[in-house]
This record gives sequence, C-alpha cells and structure tokens, in this order.
Amino acid sequence: MARLLDVLRAAGLTGTKEGCGEGECGACAVLLNGALVNSCLTPLAHAAGAAITTIEGLASDEQLHAVQQAFLDCGGAQCGICTPGMVLAAVSLLRRNPNPTEDAVREGLAGNLCRCTGYGRIFAAVLEACRRMPQATA
Amino acid sequence: MIPVLDGLDLHVPAGLDDALRMLASGDARPFAGGTDLMVLLDAGRLPPGRYVSLWELAELRGIREEPRGGVSIGALVTFSEIRRSHAMAERYPMLCAAAAQIGGVATQNRATIGGNIANASPAADAPPALVAYDAEIELLSLDGVRRLPYAGFHTGYKQMQLARGEIVSRVLLPARDRGWRDGYHKVGTRRAQAISKVCMAGSIRLDGDIVSDIRLALGSVAPTVVRCRAAEAALRGRSITDETVDGAAQALLADIAPIDDIRSTAAYRRSVAQNLLSAFLRPADQK
Repeated sequence: MARLLDVLRAAGLTGTKEGCGEGECGACAVLLNGALVNSCLTPLAHAAGAAITTIEGLASDEQLHAVQQAFLDCGGAQCGICTPGMVLAAVSLLRRNPNPTEDAVREGLAGNLCRCTGYGRIFAAVLEACRRMPQATA
Repeated sequence: MIPVLDGLDLHVPAGLDDALRMLASGDARPFAGGTDLMVLLDAGRLPPGRYVSLWELAELRGIREEPRGGVSIGALVTFSEIRRSHAMAERYPMLCAAAAQIGGVATQNRATIGGNIANASPAADAPPALVAYDAEIELLSLDGVRRLPYAGFHTGYKQMQLARGEIVSRVLLPARDRGWRDGYHKVGTRRAQAISKVCMAGSIRLDGDIVSDIRLALGSVAPTVVRCRAAEAALRGRSITDETVDGAAQALLADIAPIDDIRSTAAYRRSVAQNLLSAFLRPADQK
C-alpha cells in the first residue's frame, strides 16, 4: 500500500511536506476533489481518478494565488515547512466560507501546526487574502 | 523509490458483495477513511495482510430520513458531512458538536462515523452522543443484516459485538419528541486536535421543574463509553436542586471506572466528569 504523500513527492511535487506522518500536523495537506485531506493518511487507491491540487498547482503562470500573496505580504511564513499545507487549508476554508471571522480562521486551520510563527501573522494573512478576493464582498 | 507499507494490500472491491465475500473469507479487514488505521499501519502496530476498502461503496453512504421517523447515517458518512447536515444540526446537535471536535478539517473530511465506532476506542468522540440519543447500529455480512442497541455494542476495551465478516453498515437515530435539551462537552489537552480526557453527552427533558427523562453518556472514563444509569436514576422524577445535583454527581462515581494513563489521571477524570454533569444540569450557572 502506497501513501498519496510518497507518490506525490516521488513525482517531483516536493512542496507537499511530511511532518508527523500521522495526521496531526497538516504539513502534507492537499485538496482531493476539492476537499482538504492529509496525504500521509490517504492510500493511493483512494486517489484513483480524483483531481488533486498540491501547492504547486495553486499559482497560475505569473500570478500567485491571493492566499499565497497575502502570506508573503503579511509575513505568514517563517521556516516554510507548514506553509504549503497551511495555504491549502486556508484556500479550502475560503471556498467554504468566503467571509470567515478570526475564530472561523482559527478553527479552519486548527489541523495545521506551525512551530515558528505563533500563528498571529498566519491568521492575519488569511483575513487579508479574504479582503483581497473578489468573492469576499459577494 | 516510493516507500510501501510493508506487506499491506488495500483491495478496492468491485462492489458491496465482493467486499463482504472477501471479509467473510477471514483473511481481510475492513478499511474506511484510514485516519486511524493508517497511523497504526505506518507504526507497524497492525498485522500485515489484506485490507478491503469500503470507501467506494455507495450503499454505506448518505444520511437518510427513516420512514418511521428518525435518521439513518451510512457508516461511510464523514464527520464533515455530519457537520453540514441540516437534519443533524436541527435534531441531533450533539453529533455535530462531536464531529466538529474530531481532529481538524482534513481529518473530518476522511474520518467516518462507522470507523469511529469500529475502531472501538473508549476515547472516541461520537459514541457518547450516540448513546445519549439511544442509537441503534446496523451490522451487515453475507448472512444478512442485524440491528443492535448501540449502547451494548462495545463489550470491553477495543471489544465489540462484531462477528467475523461483519461490518458496521449504518447508525440509526430514533425520532425525537420535542422538549429535550442536549449538552455535549469534550475536555482534552487543547481545544483542537486533542484526544479526550473526559467527554460527556447528555439529553434531559423536564416536566415543569421535574426531570421526566434523562440520558447521560461518558467517554474516556471506562473500557467502553458508558451509559450513566446510576446518575440518571438519582435525577429521574426529581427537581434539580443542590441536593439532587450533588446526589447525581455522587451516584456518577458508580457508573464510571477511570484509570491513570498517558493523557490524564483517574482522580482528574472523576472530578471533571462530576463537574461536566453539574454544568449540564445547571446551564444557567455557567458563563
């Protein structure tokens, strides 16, 4: 049985990180048919025929995703190991809830651990991205 | 090279019959969302062998209204689906509360209610709510379907009334009369991503100020989730006063058998269990 995480990384998509390897930290989070999952706990067989978005697939050619740009502008990343999973968790949250409160951001990212930032700038980045995204006012 | 979990084969069945046949043969175990099993497999804490994926089986999905009232939840329904369900939010809010506290979003998107039951942990988050709602459980094998009261399904630590070749197929929540008040509270080390130290689910119905009916369930305080019948008996037919609340908290100690372990101590669990009961009985005293 292969883990989705290992298959992605062997394919060169090394933006997806292995942190704890047991579903506690969210560093390996990807979108599977649009739903956030930990790829370390996802057997490859459960990804058959599914659309998978990793951090590599978020930016378009020259343009970062609004969440990525906000992480950059707000200092939402330090060592960077949690950042791909954190960004994908934020994207997943904003798709479900385009105007989250800070509490909703905290809850939406509760499965993603960061050992550097203390989270303050990460939450600020997600709220900033939400302000910049066109659907936020819709 | 891609690492492979040694000696493990996850078989995707052609359909439900194929899955049940493989499980009946006795050399394969069921595999749902994998949020518990993958951790154990990766750590080498489960035997190598064949696993049958239930993830693709449509028969085990969906939240359905039952003809005689009540709701049937497929074993493969994820906790995210439970959180999003209006039927759950309106009629069985403790299950939504439990779902919201099972890991983070990524776990809730994969973890299933059937898996939460069949993993048989006494610290599982959904079972106290299921016991307090007087749920039934539906089991399926090649021999057919049977239904049991959920409250007696777990018989000891990691033990349950699941025969070889049988899977949990659905969970059935009975119709509810109006007038019940529910309370669900999980106490862990932190507010997210924590395994519970004590978890309580309670449903109470008052007739005037008399407790006409009550169902209390606690997790993480015994080898299985427990229905707290002694505490219930101390309250049923009485009004809620300092004396009855204290009496019920005392009676509760006969319902539970907590231990010292890696997450907490028996003494702390007894004390928190009593506090959760008092807080549930007197919501106005909180805040």
